Amino acid sequence: MNVSTLLVTLVALALFSYVFGKQRALSIAKHNRHSLHSIPSYYGYMTALWCGLPALFLLFLWLFFETIVIEQLLIASLPADIQSLPSGQLSLVLNELKLLATPALMDSNTEPMKLEAVKYLLSMQETSNSLRTVLVLILALASAAWGFSRVIGKTPARLLVEKVVLFFLILSSTVAILTTIGIILSLLFESIRFFGEIPPQDFLFGTEWSPQTALREDQVGSSGSFGAIPLFLGTLLISSIAMLVAVPIGLMSAIYLSEYASPAFRSVAKPVLEILAGVPTVVYGFFAALTVAPFIRYWGEMIGLDVASESALATGLVMGIMIIPFISSLSDDVISVVPQALRDGSYSLGVTQSETIRLVVIPAALPGIIGGILLAFSRAIGETMIVVMAAGLSANLTVNPLEAVTTVTVQIVTLLTGDQEFDSAKTLAAFALAIMLFISTLILNIIALYIVRKYREEYE
Amino acid sequence: MNNTEQIKKSLNKRYRKEKRFRFLSLLAVLIGFACLFILLVDMLVKALPAFIQTEVKLDIHFSQEKLGIATHFDPEELQNANFRGLIKQSLQQLFPTVHKRSDKRAMMRLISVDAEYRLRDKLQAEPHLLGQTVQIWLLVDDDVDTYLKSDKQFGRVSQEQIAWITELEQQERFQKRFNYWFFQTGDSREPELAGILGAVMGSFYTLLVTLLLSFPIGVMAAVYLEEFAPRNRWIDFIEVNINNLAAVPSIVFGLLGLAVFINFFGLPRSAPLVGGIVLALMTLPTIIIASRSAIKAVSPSMREAALGLGASKIQVAFHHVVPLAMPGILTGTIIGLAQALGETAPLLMIGMVAFIVDIPQGATDAATVLPVQIYLWADSPERAFVAKTAAAILVLMLFLAVMNGLAVWLRKKFERRW
Repeated sequence: MNVSTLLVTLVALALFSYVFGKQRALSIAKHNRHSLHSIPSYYGYMTALWCGLPALFLLFLWLFFETIVIEQLLIASLPADIQSLPSGQLSLVLNELKLLATPALMDSNTEPMKLEAVKYLLSMQETSNSLRTVLVLILALASAAWGFSRVIGKTPARLLVEKVVLFFLILSSTVAILTTIGIILSLLFESIRFFGEIPPQDFLFGTEWSPQTALREDQVGSSGSFGAIPLFLGTLLISSIAMLVAVPIGLMSAIYLSEYASPAFRSVAKPVLEILAGVPTVVYGFFAALTVAPFIRYWGEMIGLDVASESALATGLVMGIMIIPFISSLSDDVISVVPQALRDGSYSLGVTQSETIRLVVIPAALPGIIGGILLAFSRAIGETMIVVMAAGLSANLTVNPLEAVTTVTVQIVTLLTGDQEFDSAKTLAAFALAIMLFISTLILNIIALYIVRKYREEYE
Repeated sequence: MNNTEQIKKSLNKRYRKEKRFRFLSLLAVLIGFACLFILLVDMLVKALPAFIQTEVKLDIHFSQEKLGIATHFDPEELQNANFRGLIKQSLQQLFPTVHKRSDKRAMMRLISVDAEYRLRDKLQAEPHLLGQTVQIWLLVDDDVDTYLKSDKQFGRVSQEQIAWITELEQQERFQKRFNYWFFQTGDSREPELAGILGAVMGSFYTLLVTLLLSFPIGVMAAVYLEEFAPRNRWIDFIEVNINNLAAVPSIVFGLLGLAVFINFFGLPRSAPLVGGIVLALMTLPTIIIASRSAIKAVSPSMREAALGLGASKIQVAFHHVVPLAMPGILTGTIIGLAQALGETAPLLMIGMVAFIVDIPQGATDAATVLPVQIYLWADSPERAFVAKTAAAILVLMLFLAVMNGLAVWLRKKFERRW
């Protein structure tokens, strides 16, 4: 039985247990209405939980350890000269055997030693499979029977069930923390391995980025150089262009929508602008690469400028369009929190509306607006698809917006897509870049959220 | 010049400034609209050619000796039969003057490589056609298709090919029809054969996994945080975590998936299962935040009434609060899923960029998703893929519009003020 069938069977068993448990509780209640601690359906839930939970737990444990145990047994069965190979080559052999384990791929050309090993592997997988099914089902039935025997008047079924439910509620709320820990650990673990090969100062302050490590030791450029400064600069260049587009347009539209627009216009215009935020980034990437970049290149050449076909300007412009709604809705929120009394005071002194906005409302809302801009900036430096599709791959150390630059996210994607061994400095570099990205966005977010919260408290 | 005049003058200046400021802010809104409009129109214009496909009518003679099969053939014989020869023969009858080998090859390139398989399927379905001559519509190659669609301004067809195409056109052997094929197949290296069904199914399985994981976990976390959690540092820490996760760059989640689920737990690469788990972790903050505000909006009097009637706290939460908050929770979930549907970067990290022809049958089959398919096609050099990409974008945006529309409708329909 494969895993999904087994899961369905478990669910069905749990349903049956519910029905039986409830029936038994009902028949007890028939004799004596007050002998039960809880309502009958809780006895049903209790039996179902007894049936399902231990079996599920066993199943997950089994799935987790299955591959490891089988691998160790397989290695033990191999000839001694293969066992003594270094771990990298050994894992290659294991992978080959696993690939061969689909019967269609085996033919008469396969070496007899491998054929033997594959047969052993297949038989172990088969044994594990049937053993798993049998054990899980036996455990499910046994614990369901135990649960069923506990359906007696004294058992506080509701309290037991509620304890389990509360446990799951707490467990769910910790998923966010587990995710954060997972992110930090996985990034940190791989980055430390990277910094073991490349010194951190070379990575942080080096000005040359060419991660192409050669296949043989004696080839030219076999070491690869991992100076990340061009990437940081490229990221900053593109996101600064984006902010130059998004901040004026976003802020001015927020001012129009919150201060000038009629309620009817506002109720239409706000959602329309927010559509821009809902457009998937891959669409913006396509738009930047196929429409905006050729357009800018064409006009650049008309006025005699040499524009790269993957110019930072085009990428930044489109990223700016994507960010407009972030800035406008965040600024809109903070502008509407500014007390009306401030505006009224200003009007009563004979100040015009635009002067009030510029001299009273915006300064009052400034902390919130800056918080919003920081959030948008962190979004811009973490943005991936637009730059992957429209920015360049070569790491140029330049601030000229008409040239092609590359960014941190582009390099992460190029380093990790495609086939390569996982523990080369090249792939590990992606994790080092990612941890830089994670830390900088985290700092930006924390500052921004702090400013925004502080600002809200001031007026509420 | 007296004081009043001076004030009047400066007042006029200030009013002009006021007008200018107002105009500039309106202009900003209009620029935003214009960007959206240009984006949508650009996609629409680029996508239109992809919905039309050119076919060519050929007289195919199912000749027994050319195919090299018996009169009463069995299906396996057809696998190796020379259907390509039938097309070659038909083209030779149309253009008897072509003799050079290279020219013959160029002539065969007018027709899609898929044509011979269509002929095989046709003969398999209707065995009585053997020995007969039938007029059959076959797909043309994407270069020919693009040439015909682009008012003959397309440079990848040779002079000889142009002559043949003109000849075929004069014989009225071309027809353009709606490209239903696009919605029925998986990916292909040949633009005329590439479809989005594989990617749509991949997206479906991925979102299914995302929904099954993130909805229960998100709702349970929100219930706990709103209804049960004590006010202490631990809970503050959880809240800070949720808010930060909402702002972590999506690509970082991809690296998490790669390091934890693929390398550590050994789950299959390129599978919707892993993609769904990663997207679930990404959508969790959205769902938790939306569910919390929906739960918070339920009137305290409901809770008090239920408690007063003897319900336990868990019963209050699951029998009363959650059902009342459900419209808000569902709205948040749909919006979170719509975000997940448009997400690309994390899926690139876990290997969903592989070239996959087959349509996935389950959550552990290798698959790709709609946004990744768009990315892959946008990278392909063939010009016909530009239209395919834009068409896939339209399909994706249509799904997103439907989901967001559903969310708005739910909110409007079940909105309740206490």
